[in-house]
Amino acid sequence: MHIANPAVLTDLSALDLSRWQFGLTTVYHFLFVPLTIGMVVLVAILQTAWVKTNNEKFLKLTKLFGKVFLINFAMGVVTGIVQEFQFGMNWSAYSRFVGDVFGAPLAMEGLLAFFFEATFIGLWIFGWDRLPKKVHLATIWLTALGVWLSAYFILAANGFMQNPVGFQINEAKNRAELVDIGAVLTNIVAINQFPHTITASFMFAGAVVVAVGAYHLKRKQFIEPMRTATRFGLWTVLLGGIGTVITGDGLGLAMVQTQPMKMAAAEALYKTSTGADASFSIFTLGTPDGVSELFSVRIPYLLSYLSTHTLNGTVEGLNDLQAQYVHLYGPGNYMPVLWITYWAFRWMIGLGALSMLIAVVGLVLTRKWKYNLPNWVWNVAIWAAPLPVLGISIGWMFTEMGRQPWIVFKLMKTASAVSPGINGVDVLISLFVFTLIYGALAVVEFKLLLAAAQKGVEEQVVSEDADKLAVAY
Amino acid sequence: MQLNEIWFLIVGFLFIGYFVLDGFDFGVGMAIPFLGKDDTDRRVLINSIGPVWDLNETWVIVAGATLFAAFPEWYASLFSGFYLPLLLILAALIARGVAFEYRGKGHTIGADEKKWKSRFDWMIVIGSALPSLLWGVAFANIVQGVPLNKDHVYTGTLFTLLNPYGLLGGLVTLTLFFTHGLVFITLKTDGDIKDRARALATKAGTVTTVLAAGFLVWTLVAHFSLIGFILTALAALSLIAALFANHYKREGISFSLLVFTIITAVGSLFAALFPNVFPSTTNPAFSLTIDNASSSQYTLTVMTWVAVFMIPLVLIYQGWTYWVFRKRVSRQSIPAGSH
Repeated sequence: MHIANPAVLTDLSALDLSRWQFGLTTVYHFLFVPLTIGMVVLVAILQTAWVKTNNEKFLKLTKLFGKVFLINFAMGVVTGIVQEFQFGMNWSAYSRFVGDVFGAPLAMEGLLAFFFEATFIGLWIFGWDRLPKKVHLATIWLTALGVWLSAYFILAANGFMQNPVGFQINEAKNRAELVDIGAVLTNIVAINQFPHTITASFMFAGAVVVAVGAYHLKRKQFIEPMRTATRFGLWTVLLGGIGTVITGDGLGLAMVQTQPMKMAAAEALYKTSTGADASFSIFTLGTPDGVSELFSVRIPYLLSYLSTHTLNGTVEGLNDLQAQYVHLYGPGNYMPVLWITYWAFRWMIGLGALSMLIAVVGLVLTRKWKYNLPNWVWNVAIWAAPLPVLGISIGWMFTEMGRQPWIVFKLMKTASAVSPGINGVDVLISLFVFTLIYGALAVVEFKLLLAAAQKGVEEQVVSEDADKLAVAY
Repeated sequence: MQLNEIWFLIVGFLFIGYFVLDGFDFGVGMAIPFLGKDDTDRRVLINSIGPVWDLNETWVIVAGATLFAAFPEWYASLFSGFYLPLLLILAALIARGVAFEYRGKGHTIGADEKKWKSRFDWMIVIGSALPSLLWGVAFANIVQGVPLNKDHVYTGTLFTLLNPYGLLGGLVTLTLFFTHGLVFITLKTDGDIKDRARALATKAGTVTTVLAAGFLVWTLVAHFSLIGFILTALAALSLIAALFANHYKREGISFSLLVFTIITAVGSLFAALFPNVFPSTTNPAFSLTIDNASSSQYTLTVMTWVAVFMIPLVLIYQGWTYWVFRKRVSRQSIPAGSH
């Protein structure tokens, strides 16, 4: 739609601005989602420990991390609405073309998962004094179930964009139509993406718990609960990390099978290579465009192993794939932006590995409940908190940008997906509004999270007075 | 009955559910400057919807997602066509949502508590009033029809939507949700604030009745159908009855009647629309209907199974939530010295 007559600004591209807007709002939304996915389970575990042992330190930790979880959850919800609306607002050509298929997992997410988590989270927040202890405990586990289900359906929808399955093209209506919902929900990409997302989310939630614990142990306050929190968080990061490696391996295989171009782009591998030649470059000096490589550290066979789980496998190169796609889909550039895919893939892995390394060292240092450590150790633990979420964010950039120029792989290009009825000015306005609101909220949100974390645990625990009405606001 | 007809009803049901539920949240939000004399009052108001506003808002997300799944053409044309109004609604919903969460937390970061709370209170008020107005404008325009070209792409501007019928529709939802919220306050709070809400509800309800009567008769004249006539009559009667019940301090009855008013009034709009879903004023042949906008039979079948099992379950567990939090909120419920 047009505001009036924007003659001056007509050459602003609605497509480019919509891409920026979707990228910014999605990355922003997904800063909150992993913490929600991981933290809801950690809080549920802490509350279960309290109900089982009656040890008050677990209740204190439940309350503290519950607060962190909720401040974060609110942001996830409100920024999530924007995500759903944007498909129609900015990408209506996409919505028309794949809505018959893509809409189904989204609607299922709403009906099966989103209602569910929104309801039970309300009961958990306000139900402390209103529900029997065990029923109240059940509400946080049910919230967790809703959150995870929600993640699955969204990843199934995304899986369709990476590896479209379960559909056929209706020529008369010029759209993709669903023919097998089972295939969409068991898409090999979704099946592998889901555990990878979950385990990485645990790394982030664990790292946040560690940071809070470290902050207080450094100041020698709330020692008893914070020692528990720190160890609990460190184990979560480590186990989450191991899980992320294993699931990442599975996802890599699925990617090679479904999107060979993305794997070739991850490695900037121009020529199809076999065996020892299919090496994995850890570091490349110069440009990774294969022309002006000055120096690189490479591990022979590794790319072959990652891609095929055999040492003498063949990994298709960019040039062959490009030629193949031109043959199949007509002239055009079918390669994503290589410096982004190449470096994003490495940063994702590097940040995850660093986070795991810190967790291992932390577990060794704090064994036998030692906590008398130099300040710099605690500072490392505090500042390591954002590493997993950075890795997650960059990993998604790899996943989404590595799919370009397609919005649905091999089916529809991003360039033809934008809404025909909107112009650059409209999108410029919305981009401005979202940037302004999201920027302001980021500042407030971060301050509040920090304040909640720094305050530590309450000295008093809640009353169990069932007659009192719980107010949260 | 065909599957796309069933889905027209389900989408209608979800939007009506959204207006019934978030409608009173919006009304409570708008009541803050009128009834919230001090911070305790304002907290009574906010906590009256505290445990439920989030799940009420969820209805619009589910309504949007089912619209996407069942009528992708409708979803695509509507959401891209109403780009700027939807942007405003999104901004308002974000502002309102975070304001609920943040308003009581200013002291944790050393902010000036009065200023901090006042800022977020205004975000709640505007974040409630703006969507109340704009949803009415949007739905009135859907019923009236908008310029759509042969590809079902909206060709109007923002000002196309701000026509007399659209604006009247917006004022109806604005005042109706305000009244709905006020009556909800009489049902959910105790003490002086309840009496003030009741008195204000009578005034707001009278204005609503006049505006709604004009709007619904206008709709009926433009799109007459027997079912539309019956729904309109029921909406008008129950609205008037709700005001009497409110006056005679029968909060429960008044609130139930208002719920019924919203169901029948929005129902009459969907009746006026049927079998179109997004009529074109450019050329009737370019209109989106339940036939050319719907998903394939297979998708509708799958989604019908999901809806048949899930919607009753959703109603049960959400009903349980309302039961758990059935107690009234009063100034005594707000702990002294808390934030």
